[in-house]
Amino acid sequence: MLFLSQLINGLQLGSIYALVALGYNMVYGIVKLLNFAHGDIIMVGAYIALFSLNFGHHPVLAALLTVGGCTLLAIVIEKTAYSPLRLAPRLSLLITAIGISILLQNLAQLLFEARGRSFPAYRLLPAGYIELVGTRVAYTSILTITISVVSMIVLTFLVRKTKLGKAMRAVSEDTGAAQLMGVNVNVVITFTFAVGAALAGVGALMYGVRFPLITPVIGAMLGLRAFVAAVFGGIGSIPGAMIGGFLIGLLEVLVIHMGLSGWVDGVVFALLIIVLLVRPTGIMGRNLMEKV
Amino acid sequence: MKKRLSRVGISMLLAFTFLFLLAACADNQPAAPAVGEDGEVNEVVIGVLAPLTGPVARFGVAVRDGVMLYIDGFNAQGGLQIRPIIFDEEGDMGQAVIGYHSLVDQGITALIGSVTSGPTMAVVPEANADGMPMITATSTHLNVTVDAATGRVWENVFRSCFIDPFQGTKMAEFAREVIGAETAAVLFSNDIDYSIGLMEAFVERAGQIGLEIVATEVFAQDAIDYVGQLTNIAALNPDVLFVPGYVEHVALIGPQSAQVGLDAIIIGADGWDGVLDIMAEGQRSTLEGSFHLTGFTVEDETPMVQDFITRFTEATGSPPDMFSAQAYDAAMILIAAIQRTLADGYLPNTPEFKAATIAHMAATDMTAVTGHITFDQYNNPQKTAVIIEFVDGEPRLWGTF
Repeated sequence: MLFLSQLINGLQLGSIYALVALGYNMVYGIVKLLNFAHGDIIMVGAYIALFSLNFGHHPVLAALLTVGGCTLLAIVIEKTAYSPLRLAPRLSLLITAIGISILLQNLAQLLFEARGRSFPAYRLLPAGYIELVGTRVAYTSILTITISVVSMIVLTFLVRKTKLGKAMRAVSEDTGAAQLMGVNVNVVITFTFAVGAALAGVGALMYGVRFPLITPVIGAMLGLRAFVAAVFGGIGSIPGAMIGGFLIGLLEVLVIHMGLSGWVDGVVFALLIIVLLVRPTGIMGRNLMEKV
Repeated sequence: MKKRLSRVGISMLLAFTFLFLLAACADNQPAAPAVGEDGEVNEVVIGVLAPLTGPVARFGVAVRDGVMLYIDGFNAQGGLQIRPIIFDEEGDMGQAVIGYHSLVDQGITALIGSVTSGPTMAVVPEANADGMPMITATSTHLNVTVDAATGRVWENVFRSCFIDPFQGTKMAEFAREVIGAETAAVLFSNDIDYSIGLMEAFVERAGQIGLEIVATEVFAQDAIDYVGQLTNIAALNPDVLFVPGYVEHVALIGPQSAQVGLDAIIIGADGWDGVLDIMAEGQRSTLEGSFHLTGFTVEDETPMVQDFITRFTEATGSPPDMFSAQAYDAAMILIAAIQRTLADGYLPNTPEFKAATIAHMAATDMTAVTGHITFDQYNNPQKTAVIIEFVDGEPRLWGTF
């Protein structure tokens, strides 16, 4: 039964990675930008949730404020930092993203102190667990996995069935052609950032529940893990992000389950190297010839 | 363009030469000891090495505040005056060595420092060659007082803090004898020397006293997820779980252990100091009934400790932590030895004075704010450990062990 509880641990961890990886992949799919500030948006979201819950807000209000705050932040960043560079080389955009990441981290250190703050997870979700075939399964695990899966279903519906989703796919396919066909590219790009950040907000809540200590640098490691998940699943692909996230989460826990807890980081990053060598487009990625 | 460049080059060369000359011309002669008209020595200069800026500044400032509180109190009594010269080594080994030589040039007779083990160990061989009396308040690494290569004791180097292995040994004994545990698990970090040192000592002592280690799990220094390891441990259901980590680890391990339904009593060492302060009220219950070892507690009722706490709080605006208390003791031990050396009739900043001060430090037998201190053959303090218990979400003094 130990294996079953580790499996659920892995799924919970994986669902957080998947939510974050989705943000990476959506943005990459549209503007070919590795948005390194994505992890830090989650950090800001975690702080919003922390302060809101400590202020005594209802959990639902706190969750809405978190998701709203993250979305707003992403729109502001997109409008002020990325949008002016739309025609600039992609490298400039990448470096700007790293700059935003550093800015957010240091701003957070200035505003919220470098030392960790405890996340009042018990105000958001009830503690406790249910017995499932002899295994304790925490409510938080069930809720995290459920919310993550529901978010992905909603996202898939949004991308596949709505007009904006259609526009997103068109811009992703060929920005120039989409523009000629009357798609407002700027609106679509901003919308993509906003959706990615909203998922990051959900991810921030899930993160706080699982890891109830928030510091200004939590975005870095989480972002890196989610990035590995995104590459593993296929950069730019939405189902790829989900599969990659769950697989990385399960892999980490599997390594620990085998009694190799000291090797977790090593195995995860070795996997990144292997994927980049053998199948750089990831599990779900399409093999596209680079246009010259 | 070429010509201009070379001109710049020449002027830079000149500037460097000038700087070098200036440095070479600097007064390398030790300052003469201040001697009063009646032949009494009325001032002794000591050096203080501490990181006051940089990543470990938090510890350096705490140590400086403790040292300065003792020296200011001592000087206020009149008579012999201790003049400290403070050098900020930024937590850097190279800066620490530079700082040490700069302090020697300024005529110090003894040294308090440094703060973290790395810079301290960089200074130790230099200070040993000079026969410089030295005491560190916070460097817990085994090889601060013992040469790693030869196993020889650095006879001039002392410390007022516990060494890492001591804490691991103590907590194994506490788990077996007081808690009555028969099985234990260890969750430690394999990239923090402190954590490895404690783990090894705990496991070794556990084997000697019949405490069975059922699991040894590992986490990385910047880890946030311990659920996998804790699930493995919970399945083995040990009586105690020893976590030799720092507050940022323990603050996450507590709630995550509750999530996986771990029943073991979680115990730790001085890295736990202040962990409840950073945990939200609703999460502190996850560490209820935990124990950890520490070097100092503000709950100590003895007048000397209460006086120290009052004066420290007045001087700095916040109550002292373990680091400041150990620094206060380091200054107390050193200055007591200096006083005895002066009574022997030696003049400061002579080799004889330093040798005599080292001998007096080795013979230390005094009650300080972190307990009664004597030194063993490795110049490590022999003092009782304080055990803190978490009751109702608050740290409570359990007693000494």
